[in-house]
Amino acid sequence: MSTAVAVKKDKAPFDYNKYLRPNKLPHIWCPGCGHGIVLKAMLRAIDASGLSKDQICMVSGIGCSSRTPGYVDFNTLHTLHGRAMAYATGVKLAKPSLKVIVITGDGDALAIGGNHFIHTCRRNIDMTVLVYSNAIYGMTGGQYSPTTPQGANATTSRYGNIEPVFDCCELAKASGATFVARGTAYHCQELEKIIFEAVQHKGTSVVEILDQCPTYYGRQNKYKSVTEMMEKIEKDGTVSVKQADKLPPEKLQGKLLRGVLHKIERPEYCEQYKKFIIGKAQGK
Amino acid sequence: MAEKKKKLLQGNEACAEGALYAGCRFYAGYPITPSTEIAEHLSVRLPKVGGKFIQMEDEIASIAAITGASLTGLKSMTATSGPGFSLKQEGIGFACMAEVPCVIVNVMRGGPSTGFPTGPSQSDVMQAKWGTHGDHPVVAVAPAYVQEILSETVRAFNLAEKYRTPVMVLYDEIVGHMREPIVLPEKGELEVIDRIKPTCNSEEYFPYDDKYEIAPLAAYGEGYRFHVTGLNHKKDGFPTNDAKLIQEGNERILRKIENHKNDIWKNEELELNDAKIVVFAYGSTARSARYAVKEAGNSGKKVGLLRPLTLWPFPEKAVEELAKRVKVIIVPEMNMGQMIVEVERYARGKCEMKNPDSQAAGILLGKEFYYLPPHQNLWCGGLHSSPVKEVLRRPRSKERGLRRAFRSRWEVYNVNSSCSKKR
Amino acid sequence: MAEPAKKLPNIVISETLCKGCSICVDFCPTNVLELRGNVVAVKNLEACTRCQLCDLRCPDFAIQVF
Repeated sequence: MSTAVAVKKDKAPFDYNKYLRPNKLPHIWCPGCGHGIVLKAMLRAIDASGLSKDQICMVSGIGCSSRTPGYVDFNTLHTLHGRAMAYATGVKLAKPSLKVIVITGDGDALAIGGNHFIHTCRRNIDMTVLVYSNAIYGMTGGQYSPTTPQGANATTSRYGNIEPVFDCCELAKASGATFVARGTAYHCQELEKIIFEAVQHKGTSVVEILDQCPTYYGRQNKYKSVTEMMEKIEKDGTVSVKQADKLPPEKLQGKLLRGVLHKIERPEYCEQYKKFIIGKAQGK
Repeated sequence: MAEKKKKLLQGNEACAEGALYAGCRFYAGYPITPSTEIAEHLSVRLPKVGGKFIQMEDEIASIAAITGASLTGLKSMTATSGPGFSLKQEGIGFACMAEVPCVIVNVMRGGPSTGFPTGPSQSDVMQAKWGTHGDHPVVAVAPAYVQEILSETVRAFNLAEKYRTPVMVLYDEIVGHMREPIVLPEKGELEVIDRIKPTCNSEEYFPYDDKYEIAPLAAYGEGYRFHVTGLNHKKDGFPTNDAKLIQEGNERILRKIENHKNDIWKNEELELNDAKIVVFAYGSTARSARYAVKEAGNSGKKVGLLRPLTLWPFPEKAVEELAKRVKVIIVPEMNMGQMIVEVERYARGKCEMKNPDSQAAGILLGKEFYYLPPHQNLWCGGLHSSPVKEVLRRPRSKERGLRRAFRSRWEVYNVNSSCSKKR
Repeated sequence: MAEPAKKLPNIVISETLCKGCSICVDFCPTNVLELRGNVVAVKNLEACTRCQLCDLRCPDFAIQVF
């Protein structure tokens, strides 16, 4: 038993404490919740981007995902349900030197904050919007959200959900976001790269992150374990954009694409404001 | 010294100029009648001084954006009117809770609901106080003249920055759209207060430090990486479920206003010394009241005026003292009777109280100010036409002054109506 | 049994942070971990390849491998 193990070279584990506020852990999320996995991927991506902690402003709304800023050692703003992107717009426009990252959930971004979501994308103001999409309202005890699949159970859809889902990425793209990607908590290393790219992008970057709520979505929809959720929803339910090119259409049926789905260059709002509005007003 | 140059400005433009004078560098808003001119004016003026103007996607986003901007250290403002003010309430509560300085202008129009967008009213004064949920401090100022809109907007910024709290500027459509010649103050002429920033090192910084009455507020991106939340929080800004800490926190935000009421209160007192009848009026209603009180004085009546420029916190001390020595307090308002409840509360039954039959957009009818039959020796206001007709039918020598006051109300209306044709 | 001890990986588990969700246990490619009560524990350290997938997927900052 003691031999025949290909032990890799020592790789120092990532020091998350560098970015975490002291004595705030354990976090409030339930056992098996994907939000912690996403948070870690995000911290690794931020570390790779070389941004200083003072430079980052993290803004969130209300919900499980939106508790993230409380744990991280940045300039943090935990706002009202759905309004994170509106607060973030104020922060960014007032101080464009800040790198603004918005943490929001599927209900926060796509239901109560839907208006702010589409208009933020339309303006292409420089911020990274991470939508933690677990297809349920977890904080309030498991009600259906705009990303709850049709037929799924929730505490407010006991007979099965009849509402069609929002495709967060398509919505962002159609609204004008210049970087749109999808990742999952299961593919956490890929997610790290996607978030890194999103943070580097100039303009509104939206990343929909599929993660799991075992406590409410899992239990109500007969998933036996977190592992099963992650495998069925995140691993088997998605296919990467690179693989998708090689697969026949019937194999893509019912699967969501993973990876960077849309990336274009378009003038960024704060730069436009400086160039055209302040420029013209001051006669430069 | 040469006479200062006067400018003919609209109330809303004066508000924008006041904001700029106070150092406002961020405005976010959404178009709504009758406050839109503030946004229009600032969209031109702010970028000239390097400030930021943004038209947000809705009213909620506007209050959110100014709160976010204020946390980066910029003095911020939004302006709206009735329906927009309703929408902003949750955001106002957030700013109260998180103690973020900002100014919210509400140019009041007739309500409820969409109501009377082009008509004036004073029916949001209680909403300003109780609009957002939870116990929270409220500071609201109520200018009545175009010049005063400018100076009170400056004062609103000062109070917001000094006490780390949202401050509301309440005036109505009449004075918002009215044009009056005003003097733009020179630099240094009016006091401008900036928020206190921390000087300690970042480890020792607590955004809600209870060792201060009003804790210094750092700006994002300057090395103090602090947390702001709308949840009940401890002095470090992080959420707490501890009932004792929640109680202390809520008491603290109320106390910081309560303890400084003397500094925040501002009243205009006219002919109060030996008055037996006093009119308590604010905003544009007070313009008519002021004129009427003077006219009454000319005809030998002892009528005074108490005009609060700070509506919230309520000028309880002034009312309490007044109630002890006057016979009657009359509270004409362009609403169905809102501030009169507060006046009554602090008069504590010491004098008679007259609740004029006011109405939401009464000024358009021009019938608020009239004189009841002399044996009642009272002023009153209202929609009902019979007493008005009675007065008009039976003019008495004593009442002539008062009738002139009544006409002054028409003048107010006329000035306004000439502006409203524009839209 | 000739392998020197220093070559074995270090797996550090925080018992205060671990919530026992079993993600690390289920996704470990070489079956190194197990749940003991409500906390994860190492059952087969020798099998660990230092792939760090347990660390990457742990939502609770509770496990580190180096």
